[in-house]
Amino acid sequence: MNYEPVIGLEIHVQLKTRSKMFCASPNNPDETEPNRNICEVCTAQPGSMPVINKEAVHMAILVGLALGCEIPEYSKFDRKNYFYPDLPKGYQISQFDQPICGAGIQVVEYEGKKRPIRITRAHLEEDAGKLIHEGSTTLVDLNRAGVPLLETVTEPDFRTPAEAKIFLQNLRNIVRYLGVSDADMEKGHMRCDANISLRPAGSQDLPPYKIEVKNLNSFKSVEAALNYEIKRQSEMQESGEKLTSQTRGWDDSKGITVEQRTKEQAHDYRYFPEPDLPIMHFIRGDVEKIRAELPELPAQKEERFISEFSLQDRDAGVLVNDKNLAAYFEEVVSELEEWFKEERLEADIAKLAKMAYNWISGDLQALLKIEGIDPQNSRITAENLAELIKMIHQGQVSTTAAKRILEVMFETGGDPSHVAADEGLSQVSDEVAITAVVDKVIAKNANVVADYKGGKKQALGFLVGKIMAEMKGKANPQVASRLLEEKLH
Amino acid sequence: MATIKELRQGLDSKRFSSAELTKYYLDRIKKFNKDLNAFITLTEDLALEQARAADKRIAAGSQEMLTGIPYAAKDLFCTRGVRTTAASKILENFVPPYDSTVVARLRAAGAVLVGKTNLDQFAHGSSTETSYYGPVHNPWDLERNPGGSSGGSAAAVSAGLVPFALATETGGSIRQPASLCGISGWKPTYGRVSRYGVIAMSSSMDTMGTVARSAEDLAITAEAISGFDPKDGTSGKLPVKAWSKNLTRSMKGLRIGVPQEYFVPGIEKDVKEKVSMAIEEIRKLGPKIIEVSLPMTSYGSMVYAIVTPSEISSNLSRYDSIRFGHTTDKANDLYELYAKSRAEGFGDEAKRRIMTGAYALSAGYRDAYYTKAQKVRRLLVNEFHEMFKKVDILLCPSTPNVALKIGKAADDPLFGYIADQLNIPASLAGLAAMGVPCGLGKPDDGAAVSLPIGMQILGPQWGEELVFQVGYAYQQITDWHKQKPVGF
Repeated sequence: MNYEPVIGLEIHVQLKTRSKMFCASPNNPDETEPNRNICEVCTAQPGSMPVINKEAVHMAILVGLALGCEIPEYSKFDRKNYFYPDLPKGYQISQFDQPICGAGIQVVEYEGKKRPIRITRAHLEEDAGKLIHEGSTTLVDLNRAGVPLLETVTEPDFRTPAEAKIFLQNLRNIVRYLGVSDADMEKGHMRCDANISLRPAGSQDLPPYKIEVKNLNSFKSVEAALNYEIKRQSEMQESGEKLTSQTRGWDDSKGITVEQRTKEQAHDYRYFPEPDLPIMHFIRGDVEKIRAELPELPAQKEERFISEFSLQDRDAGVLVNDKNLAAYFEEVVSELEEWFKEERLEADIAKLAKMAYNWISGDLQALLKIEGIDPQNSRITAENLAELIKMIHQGQVSTTAAKRILEVMFETGGDPSHVAADEGLSQVSDEVAITAVVDKVIAKNANVVADYKGGKKQALGFLVGKIMAEMKGKANPQVASRLLEEKLH
Repeated sequence: MATIKELRQGLDSKRFSSAELTKYYLDRIKKFNKDLNAFITLTEDLALEQARAADKRIAAGSQEMLTGIPYAAKDLFCTRGVRTTAASKILENFVPPYDSTVVARLRAAGAVLVGKTNLDQFAHGSSTETSYYGPVHNPWDLERNPGGSSGGSAAAVSAGLVPFALATETGGSIRQPASLCGISGWKPTYGRVSRYGVIAMSSSMDTMGTVARSAEDLAITAEAISGFDPKDGTSGKLPVKAWSKNLTRSMKGLRIGVPQEYFVPGIEKDVKEKVSMAIEEIRKLGPKIIEVSLPMTSYGSMVYAIVTPSEISSNLSRYDSIRFGHTTDKANDLYELYAKSRAEGFGDEAKRRIMTGAYALSAGYRDAYYTKAQKVRRLLVNEFHEMFKKVDILLCPSTPNVALKIGKAADDPLFGYIADQLNIPASLAGLAAMGVPCGLGKPDDGAAVSLPIGMQILGPQWGEELVFQVGYAYQQITDWHKQKPVGF
């Protein structure tokens, strides 16, 4: 039998607020000393009370609007009661039935097909602390306790693990564009739980069970765990075993999921409205003001890159995946356009954009990765990179030489024309100079010239090589080749 | 037994210093506390230090109304560096790292903290008998309880061990002990005084007020502790007025309601009589007295019986022994650490309320209990809201009875039930309220004692000004608030 996966996601994103969700303690995920960013509120001292962090609310609404969610007029917090040593109050302040962001929709494109994914809701809540096990004792670090989280829940609308992964990557890009989270899955800024079950292909009904997979700490593990579950569940169904709802954990090293909890053991969280916090009332006008703050979002940017610069879908995707890289790219292209306009040259934007893309996503990004920095923090300004591209375009440097120039620019921050001169990498396109060398090479290699004239076309390459060697690599190979051919005809 | 106003005059005229005054009260506490058990902790060193600082301020002429005035705080208010127990075993050794907002405001005003007063464990009770540190005795009759849960604060003020004390009320815990101890008590509008740093009982009802010797003194203390607190998301932004300077008001033209539901059978004869007499006294001042009905109030204790334990069950979850509080030495795993620490640390009443609350909030029951109760509460709030369009203020008894003998409260469920009927509706509705002494009487069992009786003045939310004015007007024509227990 053929099965169709039914997949939904729950994604927690840590918001990059200055202070925690309900107190003034700093929200610093990079703090390494335990229990430094704490106060009476986030350690739940008797009598302490939470206060809503307006910055977190603002960020949540921004994300909600970016995801196409409705922002309700009223939203409230609720207590989710359970005991665990990383949860100081014995309850988590979360949102139960009136989340800050209501239903929304996001389009996911996979293998050229676009499908809408319905978002159920997104709500604000506080993170728990961390437990550190040392031998037989367990230590509690509450630096993370109370850090704001935005939990986005989707409808079970994904039909392939790849779609789920793309949705996650899109969400990561969106929150990065909004500047509300670093959303680094490896660092736990973004955490994902996936629900997956199988139904017979063609069926429209939701399966009578749901497997929740936890501990997915990378995009890769989300996809891998879902693929594993599809295989596991279809094998069970094939062999006639009945699947029941349960929670499973992904073991990344073994590449398998293992049972954690069955539905019978599920918690009763005893939700009730948080009496320490007022109900939030959102006035339409205020929400619209926040909407006006939305920057160009990744999907819009991708579309624009394709239509404005004629970039390939894939190339636009690569750029958009990195907000800083995309911004740098745009700057380089705009410098190039400026230049060509100033010098009244005919500029083929598509060609220049493609060159800019190739240099940025190729050689430059390789250099950036080694240093672990953003293009904005490198010594190569967009203006200088644009100049280098222009030099290549005009044949002033060879591609090989340009690679070397880029490396020097990356190290010293020099401008490309000076670097080319200092390093002796300027390309000679002067036809008089090259013609002299061409004549010399023809005279010295009468045999090869005879071969070429006798029909051995490869001989031309040998002769160009000789010219390049004679000129220590600085000749423009296209010019050399053309002049040589003219002489030999 | 001096009022704050009298002490202020004495300090400002240099008749005595704050240090002398503080020593005077500390001596009285040391002398009488063994009989009353009103205090859990004395803060003698801190008090004398604060008194000396207050004297410097007075000398420099920068004093406020409470600068140099000694006071006590119910042991539910967190005090930085001073043990705060909630009268429980689980917090026996808890020393807060911070001050509650109210204590911080009094500290800034220069008031002198002499100690922390006894209460029912976690404020769960109305007799101050459930304290882990033993029961409090009523200064009017040491065999009787002072009411509760702010029984320590009420007994301390009644016996003249402090001129005023901080107290809290969730469902009668200020008005009732003030009444049974013959003093004045102010239960603020919910949100008028910051709850920050006061150990929570039932968050949607908890209020932080004061007990003192007169309506005027209550107004003075109210001015010092009221007002918006950015650390309490439920505190209101309404301005604090100079209530103590604006106490005189003609009662003529005022519409005073007397709700029939507050004069039901089960209220003792003398209580009914003295409260009726008090209303007659006020009638002479010229207001219109109107008999009214508040039928929804009869559902008050049922709503309270669900909402309060629900919130308590959650509020007490933080006492898990991980970061502070009593820790069992008999645990083999995490579950046992929780279960045994809490079993050993909490008293019976806390356990009862945790279980009731957890049940009322559990999946499948929440809508039938908690959600329904909140809906009924909304109706009750609306009823008061409508009522305060027809009348300006309500007058009624604070308690159905005079003080009970220690041990008697537990056997007398009927008294508890009627007492709840009198106190809880105003708490559920978050009203401004005050209790004032209005006579002495004996219980219905005919015991040959003369015990205080109290009347409550209920105003609308944020109606403090009028509540203080009515209390003040009554105390201008009567002397019941000047009565004091024999032997103190």
